[in-house]
Amino acid sequence: MTDRMPRLLFVALAFGYAFLYVPILTLIVYSFNESRLVTVWSGFSLKWWGELLRNETMLDAALLSFQIALVNACVATVLGTMAGFALARYPRFAGRTAFAGLIAAPLVMPEVIMGIATLLLFVALDQLLGWPERGFTTIAIAHITFSLAFVAVVVQSRLADFDRSVEEAAMDLGARPFTVFRTITLPLIAPALVSGWLLAFTLSMDDLILTQFVAGPQSQTLPMLIYSSVRLGVSPQVNVLATIIVTVVAIAVVIAGWLMNRTRQRQMRDVQAAARAA
Amino acid sequence: MSTIGVSRADWGRRIVIALPYLWLLLFFAAPFIIVAAISFADNTPDTVPPVTLSGSGRSYTQLAADALYPAAYLNSLRIAAIATLITLLIGYPMAYGIARAPAGWRGPLLMAVILPFWTSFLIRIYAWKGILSENGLLNQVLRGSGLVEDPGTLLGTEWAIYLGIAYAYLPFMVLPLYAVLEKLDRSLLEAAADLGARPERAFLTVTLPLSLPGIMGGCLLVFIPAVGEFVIPDLLGGTETLMIGKVLWDEFFSNSDWPAASAVAMVMLVVLVAPIVLFQRARAREMAR
Repeated sequence: MTDRMPRLLFVALAFGYAFLYVPILTLIVYSFNESRLVTVWSGFSLKWWGELLRNETMLDAALLSFQIALVNACVATVLGTMAGFALARYPRFAGRTAFAGLIAAPLVMPEVIMGIATLLLFVALDQLLGWPERGFTTIAIAHITFSLAFVAVVVQSRLADFDRSVEEAAMDLGARPFTVFRTITLPLIAPALVSGWLLAFTLSMDDLILTQFVAGPQSQTLPMLIYSSVRLGVSPQVNVLATIIVTVVAIAVVIAGWLMNRTRQRQMRDVQAAARAA
Repeated sequence: MSTIGVSRADWGRRIVIALPYLWLLLFFAAPFIIVAAISFADNTPDTVPPVTLSGSGRSYTQLAADALYPAAYLNSLRIAAIATLITLLIGYPMAYGIARAPAGWRGPLLMAVILPFWTSFLIRIYAWKGILSENGLLNQVLRGSGLVEDPGTLLGTEWAIYLGIAYAYLPFMVLPLYAVLEKLDRSLLEAAADLGARPERAFLTVTLPLSLPGIMGGCLLVFIPAVGEFVIPDLLGGTETLMIGKVLWDEFFSNSDWPAASAVAMVMLVVLVAPIVLFQRARAREMAR
């Protein structure tokens, strides 16, 4: 390789990361702006922070989104893990191809299509059974449906990656399938479950389109509120919200990275100790 | 193992498959049958819900007769295709650079690509609204550099939509490309170099063809949702920019015409079936390897 290629790659990487992060930085900077305009810097101020924290509607919407995201993440992780497990470990069952299709389609399906489809189902069910009332329940069900597909993909690829011989050994020694799953498989796929749960949580916190279709008139989630205020023009309170979200995500990522690093180091120490003992 | 144990394992297996399967059949597959039925119904604004089942298919005739709809479909496909190409041009060098970086750097670099995806999609698009506006950061930089005296406004043009899509979907392009490029056998490149191939030629004849599955996967992950995109054309595009996701949204929310919105969704689904099947096949192949 010549020296020129890596330098070119370095420029490409620098450009790419600037493209990703400059917009986010502008959001953060202008959350401390004095002026209402998010394009003109007129001095440092915390007034938009104060306004956001006194904004009851915003806080209510954030709470609703948080509750839905929590329910969604837990249910989607359970169902998604089952689906990922079925796809990775059961190579043959009736309707497997259709099942794989049902997992793949929500990953790419435009949300407007899913939105109208899910809403029409809820309206039809409501006419037939008088259930569900539009609001928390319908939003949670709609979110679970597409989140579980994402969890399934994460779990499936983790299961496809690791060695099955330990599971098979336990089976040979007479362990029941559920015991094998609980004591061997589950600890091995735990990182995938954690990232699947977090992914489902984020997808739900962030969803606008599907939610707008199925929410009904009473409930307003955080993205719905952000959308209505952003449509009217720019609003410094949204910048403050962005700064809070970016900070929370960054802290979570640093903690997760530190935890993973520590686990890896401990595993390495165990392996070394085992090697010395042998 | 006792027969009871076997049948219990069998039950466990059945539940593991059946629960997510039934959930997806009820809440993902069944709704499409209802959309199909409603798309053939009549719009009756005075009833709740504003639909009368009739099987008339009036919405489809309307879709074919009004030039706005075919234009919106074609426009969406064109915009999604151009935006996908731009995303590929930004994403490929990034994925390649990360795959070639020192081993210890790859994890953090990849994480840095995914990180923005964890923050709000809506807010990230809103950031571009500020940057691309008349007095936004981009124009300030352009004016300040003295290169352009009167840069027009990008906000409200199709370019703003391309940028928005490339920005929002970049992680979906980089991840599959990285997965392929990282596994690439470096000895093939060395063999090409030993045989006298210049780096450019080695790239074009070895790396690029071998990374085609990643290109395919990444492009489909960007293209399919981009066709039906609503938020990006709504916030960054102009009033005259016609995209089908926005048309569906307006039919439903502004006109309350459920049959028309359903017909728009059905036709979009038909248009997207081929790429979705292609995506599913590519994924199945990937998993089988």
